[in-house]
Amino acid sequence: MRLSRNWLSEFTDVKDISDKDFAQGMTLSGSKVETVEHPGEEISGICAGRIVKMVRHQNSDHMWVCQVDVGEDKPLQIVTGAQNQKEGDLVVVARDGATLPGGVTIRTGNLRGELSCGMLCSYQELGFSDNDWPYSVVNGLFILDTDPDLREMNIQPGDDLLPVLGLRDSQIEFEITPNRPDCLSVIGLAREAAATFDRELKLHTPVVKGSGGDINDFASVKIENPELCPRYTARMVTDVKIAPSPLWLRQRLRAGGLRPISNIVDITNYVMLEYGQPMHAFDFSCVDGGQIVVRTAKEGETITTLDGKPHDLTASMLCICDEHKPCCVGGVMGGENSEIIGDTARVLFEAANFNGTSVRRTSMALGTRTDSSSRFEKGLDITATLTAVNRACELVEMLGCGKVVDGVIDVYPGKKPQTTVELDAGAINALLGTDISREDMVKILTKLDFTVTGSTVFVPSWRGDVERLCDLAEEVARFYGYNNIPATLQKGGGTIGGYSAEELLEKKVGEACRSCGYSEILTYSFVSPSALDKIRVPADSPLRNQFKILNPLGEDTSVMRTSALPSMIETLCRNRALRNDSVYLYETAKIYLKTDGDLADEQRILSLGAYGGDCDFYTIKGAVETVLTYCGVEDAEFSPLTTDAAYHPGRCAKITSGERTVGVVGQIHPQVAATFGSDIPLYCAEISLSAVMERRNTSKLYHELPRYPAVNRDLAVVADVNVTVGQIEKVIRHAAGDLLEKVEFFDQYRGAGIPEGKRSTAYSLTLRSKTGTLTDAISEQVMKNVLDELKEKLGAVLR
Amino acid sequence: MKEELKKMREEALSRLKNAGSLDELEELRVGYLGKKGKMTAILREMGKLPAEERPVMGQLANQVRADIESCLGEVKKDLEEKAMEKRLEEETIDVTIPGKKVNLGHRHPMYIALDQVKEIFVGMGFDIIDGPEIELAEYNFDRLNAPEGHPSRDWSDTFYFDTDSRVMLRSQTSPMQVHAMETRKPPIRVVAPGRVYRKDEVDATHSPMFHQIEGLVIDKGITMADLKGTLNTVVESLYGKGTKTRFRPHHFPFTEPSCELDVQCHECGGVGCRVCKGEGWIELLGAGMVHPRVLEMSGIDPEVYSGWAFGIGLERMAMRRFNITDMRLIFENNIRFLEQF
Repeated sequence: MRLSRNWLSEFTDVKDISDKDFAQGMTLSGSKVETVEHPGEEISGICAGRIVKMVRHQNSDHMWVCQVDVGEDKPLQIVTGAQNQKEGDLVVVARDGATLPGGVTIRTGNLRGELSCGMLCSYQELGFSDNDWPYSVVNGLFILDTDPDLREMNIQPGDDLLPVLGLRDSQIEFEITPNRPDCLSVIGLAREAAATFDRELKLHTPVVKGSGGDINDFASVKIENPELCPRYTARMVTDVKIAPSPLWLRQRLRAGGLRPISNIVDITNYVMLEYGQPMHAFDFSCVDGGQIVVRTAKEGETITTLDGKPHDLTASMLCICDEHKPCCVGGVMGGENSEIIGDTARVLFEAANFNGTSVRRTSMALGTRTDSSSRFEKGLDITATLTAVNRACELVEMLGCGKVVDGVIDVYPGKKPQTTVELDAGAINALLGTDISREDMVKILTKLDFTVTGSTVFVPSWRGDVERLCDLAEEVARFYGYNNIPATLQKGGGTIGGYSAEELLEKKVGEACRSCGYSEILTYSFVSPSALDKIRVPADSPLRNQFKILNPLGEDTSVMRTSALPSMIETLCRNRALRNDSVYLYETAKIYLKTDGDLADEQRILSLGAYGGDCDFYTIKGAVETVLTYCGVEDAEFSPLTTDAAYHPGRCAKITSGERTVGVVGQIHPQVAATFGSDIPLYCAEISLSAVMERRNTSKLYHELPRYPAVNRDLAVVADVNVTVGQIEKVIRHAAGDLLEKVEFFDQYRGAGIPEGKRSTAYSLTLRSKTGTLTDAISEQVMKNVLDELKEKLGAVLR
Repeated sequence: MKEELKKMREEALSRLKNAGSLDELEELRVGYLGKKGKMTAILREMGKLPAEERPVMGQLANQVRADIESCLGEVKKDLEEKAMEKRLEEETIDVTIPGKKVNLGHRHPMYIALDQVKEIFVGMGFDIIDGPEIELAEYNFDRLNAPEGHPSRDWSDTFYFDTDSRVMLRSQTSPMQVHAMETRKPPIRVVAPGRVYRKDEVDATHSPMFHQIEGLVIDKGITMADLKGTLNTVVESLYGKGTKTRFRPHHFPFTEPSCELDVQCHECGGVGCRVCKGEGWIELLGAGMVHPRVLEMSGIDPEVYSGWAFGIGLERMAMRRFNITDMRLIFENNIRFLEQF
């Protein structure tokens, strides 16, 4: 909402308060100021001037050399290319050094040999539009005395023009919260300003003289959908003379951000800005049968609105119709068929109250949001309609642009009793933590036009947002000052506070990943439906059962992910495209799995991804091992996994802990990588954090440090290539028994000296006894057991 | 013999002092004091002396031996020092060559900001809770006093999974207030961080997915003064002691009275600058006293209990903190960006 401080002054005198203090005061009492603008602030050095003499420029066939009286001893010589001026005209002079909108500075200069001490201006050059000066020609100089209102002001050469042109004002843009549609008006904001700065609010009751007759002889109104239109008020004007509005009215509309059009239309807009009640004016000669019917549209009905756009109407849209057709989309926009035009002679003013949600939905469906609909959709004061039509008629009489017919049509099926709330000062103080006297509370409420009788507060009709005690508390707090409420800490409430087990695990996972050199990423929870195709998830996989957004922003963000792998691969590829050589990433996030119920099974997962540098399968596997161990999963096993089509079948492992599948790690299948646009190997892992949570060992206990020396034995065995290191290690562990402290794989070899189809692998074994130093004999026995079992179970022999 | 000892002493001392290396010194030591050394040889001759001469000569011999040993010690120490000096000089390196790199990963800046907020609230006795992102409109709207017809429920603003607009992506973390009231008994002190979704096109300041942290306090006798006191403490923890705040009236359907909290602009100190768009203040969060209707709908008697709640947008907070000018950077995950934090 844009407010002109000049206009505001009509209702409350706050002229002594600077813009800065005004903005701050209003902001702190709840009407947030977004910007403060000063129209014409770029303009300086202009004044009125009278052309006393003008002659053709000798070296130009279109320029004129004018002598312009600017109230000084001698006239100024100014050259102009305009053609619409004549001697004696009062014009706008930008003198040497004058500034105009757009950073233009005017300088004395030579125009084809003639001295020009400034410029004669058009209104466009002053930042105005065609609607602001309807009496002036569009192309040419702004001749001040063509405008009847300016002519009456008796402007003299040399006079400062900024005040008369309406360029000495402050325009304040407010952010009005949706609960306060009453503040989408000058009077509403004046009430807030008067209460904020403790000034008097001067309101005016419209007075209509009337010209006889009875509106009921001309028109009737019927409401068929009272739930969508609880009140419809109308007055009629005859003998209408359509003309431009007077200057003061045009300037106020302009200050309010609206375009002046013609007197009748401008009056409806003026009343909307002043009272916040949108209005409409019908050319009544176009209303068939003289009957207004407020009803929802019939299927198949259409209307072309005032902006020239045709619309198909649906049965949920409320329209203002005549006998035959819709003439106006209720609360949104009027129809072309009953538009006020130059020869309009009879006008019906409408001020109605419409259901906010209905107006909002209609305006959205039509793609037409107007000053009217944006007010109605918040729910307006139902009592305002009568004042509004009267004010419009008062303005008609003031402007002398028509005769107001006596009588008002006021169909009011939605009348409601006034809201009352009990004033419990103790409860308000208890809620706010303040000690405000009841008397002060009453004073604040009264300033806002609440009436307090005994302990009952009568809520003004425009304050639909006030329904109960907490609402009164907010009113009191706003004007007591939020910043005057003390700051205390609630008394100890018996809560300790802390992280959930899931949070703590996620913290540990993150720490481990970062220690391994992986950086955290943050990707969208919604992905493209094709994401699962790209990682080749089978059609019958449960992962295909996804939550689909019915109104997504776009295809790429239309399904909730059931796997974080596509996001990770995409992120890796984006980094590659950004020419980042070596990238290690992790993400802890959720995947969203379908359940039998309405909601998802939101599973926390960890995904890892890497490429570049010396990264290979074992690099990322090492990170996975570190993360799992750090988080307490000490028995993770890795077994070849050839069936996950996202991964390289020979370089992928399933991770298990006991019976539980923990995740998968591997190199992304080259074809999958290529689909995502990668020409280099990508390595990824996916870990279920709920599996980690389930399988982790949280009870770490001290084990006595070894007291006896260890025996180290290296072992190289030859076995079939398809015998895995994992299998061999498992056998070694089993065969060596309790004396084995650890076994570490350290080398593998195929080639000369090793038969075709075989592989040599080497291990370092650490043997230690808790009860004494191991003898050679015992160590030999252990190694023999190991070799025997390897041979027996895996056909592996000592190299 | 006496002469012999004296002569040897002179000769030994002179040779020791001229020794150029520890090896040479060791050779000399063996040559004089070793089993086959000159000193040992002389001492062996002692037995042949008359008994009355032996003590005198013994004393002299011991003196000579002591002199040699002492000299040996000094020279050894000297040579060792020189050798150490030489070694240290040889081992001197260019300490300005960079250290061996340990590659640590980086925490995402949004989560850095979130961690900080979480830690502050945990310290103040708040539990961190988590809940569904795919949520019922009942929790996201109805029970937060935004009934059917409320503009935020429009399909142009909120993502839905069914045509009845019943199941949706939560548009705020506020439904966690309802979950907390449903599953806990007062006193309640919780914060709920998480992802939220709104139908905003991606640009420098918007994203269809972003993060919020919600807070809720419910107990007997909770006041708006408590809200102010707690949030002021939080702001001081975040931005330093003495950081100025101001509370402005605002509107949220689920709180009344409602407010927004502004923090004095760190860049200009409140004078007005580019960062605060000339206002001198930067909007940090929305808050308010829990609306009694919201309490009622979750079965908490507003006559007995009251509470306050707040919500912070985390991306914007992180952007301000790290001077990030475009929200798209947060979700692009360029490693060169992530490595800066």
